[in-house]
This record gives sequence, structure tokens and C-alpha cells, in this order.
Amino acid sequence: MRDHTPRPPTPRLPTSRLPTSPGFWRSPLRGPWFTSVLGLVLLVGITVLFVTGLLSYAAYNPGLAPVNDKTPDKGLLGFYLFAWPTHPHWLYRLTQGVHVTFGITLIPVLLAKLWSVVPKLFALPPARSAAHALERISLLLLVGGALFEFVTGVLNVQLDYLFPGSFYPLHFYGAWVFFAAFVTHAALKTPAAVRNVRRMRGERDGRERQEAAGELVAPRPDPPTVSRRGALWFVGGASLLLWGTTAGRSFDGPLRRTALLAPHGGADPGSGPNGFQINKTAAYAGIAATETSEDAWRLVLTGRTGTVRLSRAELLRLPLHSAALPIACVEGWSTSDQWWRGVRLRDLAALVGHDEEPPDVLVESLQRHGAFRRAALRANQVADPRSLLALLVNGEDLSPDHGYPARIVVPAAPGVLNTKWVARMTFGDL
Amino acid sequence: MRKAPQGTMQLLLLACSFALAGYAGVRLLADDWLGVALWFVGAALLHDLVLVPLYAAADRGLVRVFGAAGHRDRTMYVRVPAALSALLLLVWFPLIGGQTDRRYRMATGLYADGFLARWLLITAVLFAGSALLFLLRLRSRLRRATKERPPVAH
Repeated sequence: MRDHTPRPPTPRLPTSRLPTSPGFWRSPLRGPWFTSVLGLVLLVGITVLFVTGLLSYAAYNPGLAPVNDKTPDKGLLGFYLFAWPTHPHWLYRLTQGVHVTFGITLIPVLLAKLWSVVPKLFALPPARSAAHALERISLLLLVGGALFEFVTGVLNVQLDYLFPGSFYPLHFYGAWVFFAAFVTHAALKTPAAVRNVRRMRGERDGRERQEAAGELVAPRPDPPTVSRRGALWFVGGASLLLWGTTAGRSFDGPLRRTALLAPHGGADPGSGPNGFQINKTAAYAGIAATETSEDAWRLVLTGRTGTVRLSRAELLRLPLHSAALPIACVEGWSTSDQWWRGVRLRDLAALVGHDEEPPDVLVESLQRHGAFRRAALRANQVADPRSLLALLVNGEDLSPDHGYPARIVVPAAPGVLNTKWVARMTFGDL
Repeated sequence: MRKAPQGTMQLLLLACSFALAGYAGVRLLADDWLGVALWFVGAALLHDLVLVPLYAAADRGLVRVFGAAGHRDRTMYVRVPAALSALLLLVWFPLIGGQTDRRYRMATGLYADGFLARWLLITAVLFAGSALLFLLRLRSRLRRATKERPPVAH
């Protein structure tokens, strides 16, 4: 400043010093093309996340029994629920792997998109009209909702339960709030985004001309240090890096070792038949060896004809069957197929009087705490010949961490419904 | 100026969106309304008013350092590995920072103490890769320059 004379009490900064002035924003990258490309990627990406998220919600069969339902006041938001199938057996492994891994991959795209439109946040006046004010409130739901969903998801897969409440209702209801704003935003902006990208594709001159006039474009840009195309490659590269260090946790063996930073990435917890990934260890669940010993442990089956108590030795004398099934967790990791061996759930149902059509079953664990110490399985899951009360895995007895003396395995079901340390099974309509 | 039909459509869409968001929102806020509202709005504010200014300032500083040295065009060689490393830390900070070490070990039977080391090694590889790329490009540029320079006859 050349002028050193006393100033009025509130000195006015040059307008470009304030983020409310368009001149404050200097990046030559911002413009309709950059924002439109990122927006269209998110349009597809977030739709995939929303659909796979709804599928995961359905996979828990929340409509089946209160024990499966972490959102009992869902109302109409569960309108689409259906009986979760058991075919193909890798269904949940796929949908939830996509949900989490793809979500993590989209983080750089989301951050870049938000960066590209940040000048609009500070634009003055805050509202030009009532409609504009409503639109800005909707944008708060959009941005807040997107960040809320990504942050709760990313924290949950790292077992960092900082968020205010149980993950299931927060992530589910949050998704609907976010999606309400997202659909509106997409409906209002997609036509223009498609136009922008189409119009500017290929023709460099055209793009320069369009960008010069478009909104979000800095009126006084700094000289570029990277082209818009280069910046887009940068965002894509960041996504690729996150994907590359995460995706491997959906497979056993060398591929898992490529998941360098993701939970359940790297090495397996053990070696040998029981060496594969563990959701919750016996120690974490508070299972004592005295409860699971041959003398102490009995499986209590209840059904139409009464109650039957079976020791593990008696279970082993029943017809045993094998099934190759994965463990697939809501946290997005999964194992490859493991060879489980045990008694078919429908054979257990028959033992207590359900000979023909197997009914639903309520499975209870020895666990004393934990959201899923009790879980319900639907009749179609009980009836599947690959659904087992497993006693062995990969040719050996289950280890304590994998649910010794007996655990449930059901094709295509989320990991937590594959109850470990099973104590009691109650057959009948729930 | 926006044409009237579009404005009407926009109003209808917004009304529909708010109604649905409200329906889900009362359920979202049912237990700990203050905590959830703080997280919802706080996430947007933290991002827009803390995270973006922080990384924008860091980036501006970086460009300035390179600019002062007369090598503005080389900014990307540092910006890319630094941003990628920061991104990995942003996403995986609970594991890298060891915040959930105990729970992670108890729950999964896996050790969480490798994450910090792995993140540091990935960061080292990112910078080393960038340095290598820089050297290769510099060399090819120098070679081209010597080839194109006319022979000096004295």
C-alpha cells in the first residue's frame, strides 16, 4: 500500500483478498469442463454406492426378525426389501466389496469435485432469491451428506467408532438424506454437465473459448502449473492408488498382500487351515475355553417337536456335507472360498420336526455382547443344501477364533449372519 | 435469466428432496440429534473452512517456492507425491496413527503396527518415483538440447 494516511475504523481489504470475491480464486483449472467431468464420474459412482448399499441393507434381512433389524423405525425406507437369495454364493462378497472398495476409490474424485466448486460456497449475496436460498440449503445436505457418508464408512471399516451412535442407522438414514439431495442435484445439473463435456470434447479451441466465459472460471487466473487434462489424470491416479492398496483384501493369498493400507490387508492372521481372516476373535467376543469344551458345550435345537440337545461328538455322527463358501464382511473385506464341513441346517430342522419345508431359524451364540450375538436366517437360507452348521474348515476342526465348537455358514449372507460359537437354534416362523 | 418452466421444475424437485430428506432426517436425528447434526454440518464446514484452505495454502506455498527458484513448471514433481501421501494419511489415519491398535488386534487377530511403516515406505516410493521421472525427463531434455544446438566453430 502506498497510502499511509489514517484509515476508517474498518479498513477495507482489496476485494481479491476475500473469498467472497471471484478474483480471490486464482486456479486456472476451475471451469465448467473440469467440474462436469468429475460430476459425471460421481453421478455413476455414487449411484453404484447407493444401490450396493441398499443391497447390503437387504442382505441382513431386516424385515425377517427384530434381531436382524438395526433400524426398526425405517418406515417406507425399507420399501424395496426382499428375501436375500443364496445364489450366487459370492453375491454379498461382490456387492459389498464393490460398495466399500469403490467408495474408497471415489474419495479423490469427491474431494476434487468439492474443490472445483468451492468458490460458489462463498459467493455473495448468500441468496439471490427464495429459490436460490432453497438450492443452497439443498447443497448443504448434499455436501454434508456426502462427507457424512464417506467419513462414517471410512471410520467404520477401520473399527474407529467415533461417530455419534450405531453405524447402521447413521449410515443408512444418512444415505437417504444425502441421496434426496443428490438426486435433485443430479437432475438439475446433469444436462448441463453432459452438454459441457460434449461440446468441449476434442476441439481445443472450442474448449478454451467456452472456458473463458464459463462460470467457476477465475477472472484473474495464475499461470498454470498443470493442464486441466493433467489435473484429471492426477485425480484418476490418486483413485488408482487407493484402489490398488485396497482391492486385494477381497482375496486370500498374494493378492491380499497388495492391500497395503486397508484393514484386513497384508498378511493373514495365521497359517494352515484356520489361518484365514477373522472378523471377531474368541478373546474379543469373550468366549472362554471352559464353555466350549466337549463336556460343557451342547447345541440346543428347538422346533415343532420339542428340544434336542446334542454334543459335538453326536453332531459329528450325523451326515456331514461340504460347501465351499467365503466369509464376506460388511466392512468390505472377504476371504476366498473355504472348505467347510458340517451338518446341513435343513437336516437340523428335520431333527426337531420340520421335515418338509424348513422354516426360519433364530441362531444364538455363546457371545454375551455384540450386536449380532443373535441372528435370524430365512427359510430359503435354511433350505439351501450348502447352508451348514460347520464343525470343520479346510479339513480340520474349527479354531476358537473361527467359531469352535460350531458355526453357521450360509451362501451369500453377510459375515455377521454366519454366527460363531453357536449355542442354540430355534426353528419356526419368526 | 432462468426460464420459468425450469424454475418451476427446480422448485418442485427441491420440495420433493426436502420432504424425503426430512423423512429420513427425523430418523437420523432420533437418538443423538445434536451429535449427528454437528457431524453432518461439521463435516461440510471442516472440509470447506479447514481442509480446503489448509491444502490450498500448502499448495500455494509450494508453487511460490518453485516460482522463486524460476522452476514453476516443476511444481508437479513435488505436488503429486506429497498430495498422494497426504491423501493416504487422510483416509487411513486411524490405522496409521494407531488410534485403533488395541481394538484392531483384539478383533481381527492382526497387528496394526505395520500401517505407519507401510505408509512411510509408500511415501518414500512415491517421492523416489517422482525424482526418477524428473531425472529421466531432465536427461532427455538436455540430450535434445545438445543435439539441436548448432556446432560451435571457433
